[in-house]
Amino acid sequence: MSDTISLSRRFGSNSGQPVTRRDGIAKVTGSATFSADNHPDSLLYAVYATATIARGRVTRMDTAAAEAHPGIVLVMTPQNRPPLQGNPDDKPTFFSQRIEVLQDDTVRYAGQPVALVVGETLEAATEGARLLNPQYAMEKPRTGLDDAAAYTFEPAGFGTPANTVHGDVEAGHAAATASVDVSYTTSAMYHNAMETHAVVAKWNGDKLHLELPSQALTMTCHSMAYFFGIPPENVTLSSPYLGGGFGSKAFPIGPYVLAVLAARTLDRPVKLALSRNQMFGPVGHRGATRQRLRLGIDDQAALTVIDHSGLSETSTFDDFIEPAPNASQGLYKAGALRSTHSAVRLDIGTPGPMRAPGEASGSAALECAMDEMAEKAGIDPLEFRLLNYAEIEPGTGKPYSSKALRECYRQGAERFGWAGRPLQPRQMVDGDGMLTGWGMGTALFPCPMFMAEAEATLRPDGTALVETSAVDMGQGAWTSLAQIAADSLGLPLDKVEFRAGHSSLPDGGVAGGSGHTATAGSALHAAGSDVIRQLGELAAADPASPLHGSGNAGFVARDGLLMVEGDDSRSEPFADILARAGGVPLKGSGRGVRPPEAAEAHAMHSHGAVFAEVKVDSVLCQMRVTRMVGVFAAGRIINPRLTESQLLGGMIWGLSFALHEEARHDPRTGRIVNADLAGYHVPVNADVHGFEAITVHEDDPHVNALGIKGVGEIGTVGSVGAIANAIWHATGKRIRRFPIRIEDLLTA
Amino acid sequence: MSLSLSLTINGAARDIPLDDPRVTLLDLLRERLALPGTKKGCDRGQCGACTVLIDGHRVNACLTLAATLDGAKITTIEGLADGESLHPVQSAFIEHDGFQCGYCTPGQIMSAVGLIAEGQAGDDPERIREGMSGNICRCSAYHGITLAVQDATRRMATAEKDDAA
Amino acid sequence: MKLFDFIQPATIDEALSAWRPGAAWLGGGTNLVDLMKTGAMQPDAVIDITRLPGLDRIETLPDGSTRIGALVRNATLAHDRDFAAAYPMVAEALLSGASGQLRNVATVAGNLLQKTRCPFFQEPAALCNRRDPGAGCDAMAAPGNSAILGWSDACIATNPSDFTVPLVALEAVAEVRGPQGMREIAVADLQPLPGSTPERDTALEPGELILALRLPARARSFAAHARYLKVRERTSFAFALASAAAALRIEGGLIAEARLALGAVAAKPWRLAEAEAMMTGKAPDAALFAEVAEAVLAMANSPDGQKWKIDLARNTAARALSMAAAGTPARIPALPASPFGTRIEDPQHV
Repeated sequence: MSDTISLSRRFGSNSGQPVTRRDGIAKVTGSATFSADNHPDSLLYAVYATATIARGRVTRMDTAAAEAHPGIVLVMTPQNRPPLQGNPDDKPTFFSQRIEVLQDDTVRYAGQPVALVVGETLEAATEGARLLNPQYAMEKPRTGLDDAAAYTFEPAGFGTPANTVHGDVEAGHAAATASVDVSYTTSAMYHNAMETHAVVAKWNGDKLHLELPSQALTMTCHSMAYFFGIPPENVTLSSPYLGGGFGSKAFPIGPYVLAVLAARTLDRPVKLALSRNQMFGPVGHRGATRQRLRLGIDDQAALTVIDHSGLSETSTFDDFIEPAPNASQGLYKAGALRSTHSAVRLDIGTPGPMRAPGEASGSAALECAMDEMAEKAGIDPLEFRLLNYAEIEPGTGKPYSSKALRECYRQGAERFGWAGRPLQPRQMVDGDGMLTGWGMGTALFPCPMFMAEAEATLRPDGTALVETSAVDMGQGAWTSLAQIAADSLGLPLDKVEFRAGHSSLPDGGVAGGSGHTATAGSALHAAGSDVIRQLGELAAADPASPLHGSGNAGFVARDGLLMVEGDDSRSEPFADILARAGGVPLKGSGRGVRPPEAAEAHAMHSHGAVFAEVKVDSVLCQMRVTRMVGVFAAGRIINPRLTESQLLGGMIWGLSFALHEEARHDPRTGRIVNADLAGYHVPVNADVHGFEAITVHEDDPHVNALGIKGVGEIGTVGSVGAIANAIWHATGKRIRRFPIRIEDLLTA
Repeated sequence: MSLSLSLTINGAARDIPLDDPRVTLLDLLRERLALPGTKKGCDRGQCGACTVLIDGHRVNACLTLAATLDGAKITTIEGLADGESLHPVQSAFIEHDGFQCGYCTPGQIMSAVGLIAEGQAGDDPERIREGMSGNICRCSAYHGITLAVQDATRRMATAEKDDAA
Repeated sequence: MKLFDFIQPATIDEALSAWRPGAAWLGGGTNLVDLMKTGAMQPDAVIDITRLPGLDRIETLPDGSTRIGALVRNATLAHDRDFAAAYPMVAEALLSGASGQLRNVATVAGNLLQKTRCPFFQEPAALCNRRDPGAGCDAMAAPGNSAILGWSDACIATNPSDFTVPLVALEAVAEVRGPQGMREIAVADLQPLPGSTPERDTALEPGELILALRLPARARSFAAHARYLKVRERTSFAFALASAAAALRIEGGLIAEARLALGAVAAKPWRLAEAEAMMTGKAPDAALFAEVAEAVLAMANSPDGQKWKIDLARNTAARALSMAAAGTPARIPALPASPFGTRIEDPQHV
């Protein structure tokens, strides 16, 4: 933390610039190689057959028909599946869930793999899998939140307690002069990255190489090594580009293991890519929730209590409890706070983290309940939030590391034109007769750091190589991390070669939790700083250097020059220093991790305020978001261009959550009936009109040396509530389930 | 079945033996012709990731049986740039950050090229949005995509005028 | 996908003689290839008719009617200036369907013959009387966006086509050739209602081929007041929850003749002839349209007893009539058939 002062001088030549993506040309010319684009010699294709019921047993499969199909080389079922060295119920790493790898004939959810077929062509393997035509002994599926008894499990989400209470909740309820008690339901949602999960697996003896899109390269290698009983160093994984992840590509999945097993069994490379339909099964999802919010206020409209409980779905064989009620812990000041989680076991694939896990669903309910409370109090929703603005984190009493939320509210309200909004609903009609409503919501997302390592090498010619197994799934790691690395070395961006996306590189950690830039960036910064430190030692000790003897003053690196801190006239090119030192490269390393004491001292969150305008046809009830302004405070912004894209993307995910996404189950079989992109709607281009994302200045000396918070998920958080509140404001109808559908408005 | 197709792909004439009538244009390109730039997002015409030009028209390669294409001219993302020089739509996508993960991007760009050639949208953003709605971007880079298509449309129109003058 | 014989006839005669039970005609393929992938359709032979000569023309016949070859692509027809001027609601309906890519490929005859998008029909693991006679109907227990008119206990699926809704309103006819020679079928009669035989989803006999569509000359008389309106769950690239094609011939301030058909409410486009008759001779106004829609939809009912879709269909019909009365816009709106047809101005943004 101590070098925050010198950083502000050193940083800025690359960081903070809206440079275009370094992988831009590769991506617009089709030369960016995604996992399934690989085609090693003698490649075989694997396709798995999925269960079309959610609960029961497979009683029969027509393996003979599949085997007889031209081009089929292997039909793998529970009867002949070769042994795995690891137990599929084990969780070899932090990012693991129990996987399905043809352990037995039990069907635990629809979409589960029940057999794997390998063929010489994709067409053959696909037809082979279809020909298996599984028959079942079916039991009544449980797919709704009321279909099983609730239970409590620790932890909720990632390591948080099932119940958190601060203050006297009953006293908070008793002190309220007005209150709301409302339930909101959120639907099961599936990540649906455009790139379906895929692997190309190739064995060489007991060494395994994987082309596999992974948000956690090192952990994926460890998991694979565990399941196949080989040392982790025998597994290499290449993941230069991910076609979107959103949380779904952090966990190894059963189908990957089956493909690797087939490759080993057949001693040929195997490619497996999930179909779109198969993306609704073993790859995790945002679990459905039903949340109850009880808010109370006193006669000054100060919150006396936020009492937030949630019921969420998980699978029958693993526990992932959507930590939605925790969203109420960090945001508004209240006399008492309570968040409680419970879950039901259903015949579904195990849920997992999906962009803004916990916060997206929890905030959807909280921000709507806040709107209802403001309505009841007769106060403008923004004013109500300002009245209950938290100066310290309510759930912990800790100071915030930084919190420019007031500025977000101010700029957002101004940019949107919030002033003059009528308090009552159904007051605004546009020139086309469309009901028009304005709503807002607050966004909060924590800024965790994981652990990452990086190396930097200054070459004799004055250029540098920096390396870490970082992950670019669209957020722009190739670019923003290179900007950080270049600054840490005092080099222009084009003098820095950046290697990432391969497991043989230093562990870049996990791309998740909006913490990747902070974590891998910190490691890169530390590695670059290490090189510059060594370079300074060389120069200071070298009588031939103009910097000789000035080591005590300290050095800064800028534009390929090492210079004395505070005295720009004394400087020397990197290459000259290295040349006299024998012309060998100088290598440094670094780690990115938040010291526990720093993590303890402050509450660390990104914040934002989102304002939405929605138009609703009064009789057809079709809705369109026509304007959306999101203003965010997220610490230091490394690349404003990519940050804007991330935030806009997040806000559109909020739109998608509010109006579109819902997996629907067939009541007879439990199968998801809309498991495709025609039935499971996400926004198309025509849905996105008038979106604007702005960041406000925020210095945060505590989150990490770079002051980076994270922007990947927060855009989604306040947006859901903002849209739902705008729909209420347009129509006067409170729809307390997501997504809000035309039929809900027609029926309400 | 054994069939021989004559296709012109990205300007090069090719004779392609085809032993399976089920092969789609998408899988032909990706798995048999080493042209994996065209992407598979849904394989059912619901996302647009596989968009290519057939005889100048944008189509979903996933729903097109290769066997039907004898004599066709195919343009894929690999064939769009003129050597080192990017097509105006490609440059505009970079400048306006019309993508994040890049997976839907080849389809978006080919769709944009097709849309501009159709001449129905012009530089009207609402018509561009509607015209690009067959291409889903889960990262939701739609704002940049619309700007990029609008910008490229204008630049191409100017270039055409200059050529004519 | 099941293996099949691929047949590419050069003439219509060759095509007709190549047909055999279990074969399927392949036009644009946007529906057939998709269903072959899910396994809902498994033809033994695929007969590629896209190279048949002479079926790709749009012609005006001497009597003023318009003849559209079966292989004309949806986009080609929608963007044909003369056609769009004469039959604007047909063009608008076409442009509100699917995506630019799909419209470039899908043929007009294929559009007429497209299968229901009922998810239980598309998925072979589901029970569906339409795909597998006598199997049962899984949709009945989860009706969602189902039919509200003309359904039966055997099937509650809807026809998803936008194009056919104005075609039915305008009394279009399909020219069909089969082993027995030429015949004509009204587009309104192409899709039978399910009754107890939902598997019979076309009036075509096995081996018959649509060669062309014909729109009567009379249909041109509605060009000044004709709209298609489609209510969707997202702004574009979505099937209708309800749609309506409305056309009025207004003379001297009164409705001389009206046409009205609904989409996405039944196994076929649903023409509302009674409604048309109710409007004749009256002044076009919103109250009349509401009254007409109310009266006609009194006969609707939904399999799950839900009212919302009936309300929506009624409101859609009334609104489409109001839009038609307001006049056909000079150019098809940026968002064809959308309630959000008018531009939203926002100077700061594209």
